[in-house]
Amino acid sequence: MSAAAPLRLALVGNPNSGKTALFNQLTGSRQKVANYAGVTVERKEGRLVSRSGRHYAVLDLPGAYSLHAASLDEAITRDLCRGYLPGEPAPDVLVCVVDATNLRLHLRFALEVRELGKPMLLALNMADVARRRGIHIDLAVLARELGVPVVETVAVQQNGSAALVEQLDRMAEGLQPPQRQIAQGADLHQETRRLLAAAVQMPTRTASIDGALDRWLLHPVFGLVALALVMFLIFQAVYAWAAPLMGVIAAATGWLGDSVGAVLPEGPLSSLLVNGVIAGLGGVIVFLPQILILFAFILALEESGYLPRAAFLLDRMMASAGLSGRSFIPLLSSFACAIPGIMATRSILDPRDRLATILVAPLMTCSARLPVYALLIGAFIPQRQVWGVFNQQGLVLFGLYVAGILSALMVSWVMKKWRRDKGEHPLMLELPSYRVPQVRDVLIGLWERAWIFLRRVGGIILALTILLWFLLSYPAAPGDGTLSAIEYSFAGRIGHAMTGIFAPIGFNWQICIALIPGMAAREVAVASLATVYALSAADDSAAAQALTPLIADGWSLATALSLLVWFIYAPMCISTLATIKRETNSWRKMSFATIYLFALAYGASFVTYQLAVLLGAG
Amino acid sequence: MTLADLPKRTPAIVASVHESSAQDNIARRLRELGFVAGERVEMLVCGPFGREPLLVQVGFTRFALRRSEAARVHLRTDGEAA
Repeated sequence: MSAAAPLRLALVGNPNSGKTALFNQLTGSRQKVANYAGVTVERKEGRLVSRSGRHYAVLDLPGAYSLHAASLDEAITRDLCRGYLPGEPAPDVLVCVVDATNLRLHLRFALEVRELGKPMLLALNMADVARRRGIHIDLAVLARELGVPVVETVAVQQNGSAALVEQLDRMAEGLQPPQRQIAQGADLHQETRRLLAAAVQMPTRTASIDGALDRWLLHPVFGLVALALVMFLIFQAVYAWAAPLMGVIAAATGWLGDSVGAVLPEGPLSSLLVNGVIAGLGGVIVFLPQILILFAFILALEESGYLPRAAFLLDRMMASAGLSGRSFIPLLSSFACAIPGIMATRSILDPRDRLATILVAPLMTCSARLPVYALLIGAFIPQRQVWGVFNQQGLVLFGLYVAGILSALMVSWVMKKWRRDKGEHPLMLELPSYRVPQVRDVLIGLWERAWIFLRRVGGIILALTILLWFLLSYPAAPGDGTLSAIEYSFAGRIGHAMTGIFAPIGFNWQICIALIPGMAAREVAVASLATVYALSAADDSAAAQALTPLIADGWSLATALSLLVWFIYAPMCISTLATIKRETNSWRKMSFATIYLFALAYGASFVTYQLAVLLGAG
Repeated sequence: MTLADLPKRTPAIVASVHESSAQDNIARRLRELGFVAGERVEMLVCGPFGREPLLVQVGFTRFALRRSEAARVHLRTDGEAA
């Protein structure tokens, strides 16, 4: 076979078989991540060149417990293995990856794959851990009884897949289907038991470390305390460690904007590039450090096996609110940004649970709301101690976070009741053995997610910032104009027109105008307010500093509280809405999300404003 | 007795998985996960709220099951024939 027509391999196996780690080792950084046509299931392909110079195209299929698919992921795996998936050629060789320490479960699936009758080989992954636990597997006997070649692999070790690649080179000389099929009348479980009895000796059932760790980490009291500590550490890291990096990025974008502005002659092009494109994209990239730090934690916790434990601890509580323990990870991600959070809901098998999670993910306080909160809290909430220990400003910020979480639980609970859903939504979640996370796998995962985030958000933000720049810049102020330029623009006129709707919740026309660019990215609202108040500020923090006294004098406390509450729900992040549309593939669900978030924001702000006015804060 | 009634840290043997409806995908998936006649199971921990979900060990694997899921797994009782 020539190098031009590489042999197509598909890695198939149970979740937690170490399949992706093996894929990373086989293909290194030569990976391409995309989606399968028309569905939101991740398609990962890579290249492999063996020492003998043979080329392979390697596909990492979604993990599956069975070819009787229970989820979209499993359906893709089933169809691809059978060669039925439109647009995807059937793989030449199926590499079935099994965890050597968990053969009881994984061999059953391997047998199911073998029944497809395609050329196949079995990779006994984590062979090193199996040996350490005293599990002895007779490769020759297993290969003979199974009728397919069997190799040992250690995905986390240099050269741990050498035997696999050598075996592939041998198989490539002449592809053969499996030498055995299941005996008439025997079922897969019986056959698994027969194979285990013939080829495997094992002294202990599971690693004792799992038992010891689970006793503490799943303990009703210590488990919850440990989870709270882990969460606290993550949030501390996301907000404290990211700050210097964000400063660097903001400074770099500002410098780039200034440089471009200095080179280009003043005019529409310069204005578009500096105020539209560079400022808009910079406003998104600035959140990358927080998102990357959060994802580094999530990936490491996922690899270690802890995240399913967190889902275990919280499942009952989330189920009573119409969610599931599996919603925990996507909602956690949404604290950095709802977009990766919504994308992470793909791991939720149940369609209702998945939709509920997608719909409430925007209620988690994403980092883009922080600049707005910081401005308003700084201007209106006095800095003083409460009960001697707490900072009042910090308490208000904490309250805003809690309000978002409680609202999410309430919304999903109402949706559950409203549908009168009596159906059963399964959990059946595997809690894998604890493992030490591998730096390489975490880094590859981070790289992929950063890339997906930038690609998904980049296009939308770019288009929107150009549109908003146009609305804000045209028509230009007349030469004898006395008002700030923005009041003559389309955006200014729209803002004035909006006041009629927003007066009952206390928003003045300046706020209304700022809400428009805030649709592209929430934090832009601060910079827009500065524009509206005709301030020339060098960057966002300078804008906030200059704004603070202005709004503290100009706005009533009721207006400020109303705007704070508005941003808990803040329905106008267009990137989030676009992601909801993509992931649900439904305009109706996206419209529902928009309308309910808007209604909630308006209602809550209305109540806040009117109450505050009644109490004399108007 | 079903797996949902099994006391903590008491090993038991699966008798069968009962289907709660004609097309019970949950029962089928439980079988695929290894809950089949003759398998040794043990309930290790209950979740902190409402004693749910259950951490169940079957073979070498641990699963979190809700009570309604575990109730489909019927266990052999002492003296009962296999």
